[in-house]
Amino acid sequence: MNRKGEKTVNRQRIHTDPQHYNYLTEKLSPPSKLGSGLLRAFWVGGLICVLGQAIADAGVAFLKLSTTDGYSLAAIVLVFLTALLTGIGVFDKIGKYAGAGSFVPISGFANAMVSPALEFRREGLVLGLGAKLFTIAGPVLVYGIGASVLVGLIYAILFH
Amino acid sequence: MIWSWLWMYLKVFLVGGAICCIGELLCLLTKLTPARILVIFILAGVVLSAVGLYAPLVEFAGAGATVPLTGFGHSLSQGVIHAVQEKGWLGAFTGGLTATAGGIAAAVFFGTLVAFICKPKAK
Repeated sequence: MNRKGEKTVNRQRIHTDPQHYNYLTEKLSPPSKLGSGLLRAFWVGGLICVLGQAIADAGVAFLKLSTTDGYSLAAIVLVFLTALLTGIGVFDKIGKYAGAGSFVPISGFANAMVSPALEFRREGLVLGLGAKLFTIAGPVLVYGIGASVLVGLIYAILFH
Repeated sequence: MIWSWLWMYLKVFLVGGAICCIGELLCLLTKLTPARILVIFILAGVVLSAVGLYAPLVEFAGAGATVPLTGFGHSLSQGVIHAVQEKGWLGAFTGGLTATAGGIAAAVFFGTLVAFICKPKAK
């Protein structure tokens, strides 16, 4: 086995040596995709949460809301901003850059509603816009609400 | 005063970012679609909140825990539990949506509005 051959790009060997092919694909693919993806998801996701905290704090300070209502206000404002950014095509770019950093926060929920609704509007206002609004939000609500009812019933049986 | 304020926002940033990282890890390592990850996150939020593990995180990190979709599940769970305490088993059906009404109604309203006004971008 020629050790020098392992370290250089030998196009001929790609066809004859599967191990060399694996070595090449590993070497030529972008380095540490995992690490940079995580970092981007981390800082964008963290920043969206900081924005949410700022909105909640402002609501508590200026609108005299309770803490819980403050977080509701944060959710509403973030949903509004995301819908707007999705509409003008900016959020898709954020999504491509940040991955889970953009779709794990509540902004992802709003984006998942607006994006397909916008795209399928030409199929009509009822079965296009109206139905596609829930393409992704639908399953999330189905399982979220379903599980919460189950939690409520178990809680009622155990403690009432 | 300013230090406690900064510390609070640092906690929000770190916890919020970390929760998003869990989503990104799921996305990169398991090839789950974002829709499935969102469903997993909301279920995780509902369950963690029901067994009392999520409330301390909200106490610690505020919006860092409530803004990610797990926080949405937490709101559903807490709403249901409070409603059951107030009015018995009926609360299991009313509490969750009452607690999350703001976010859901906003998403439906603004979503419809934007989809109505804006034109889809050419891909």
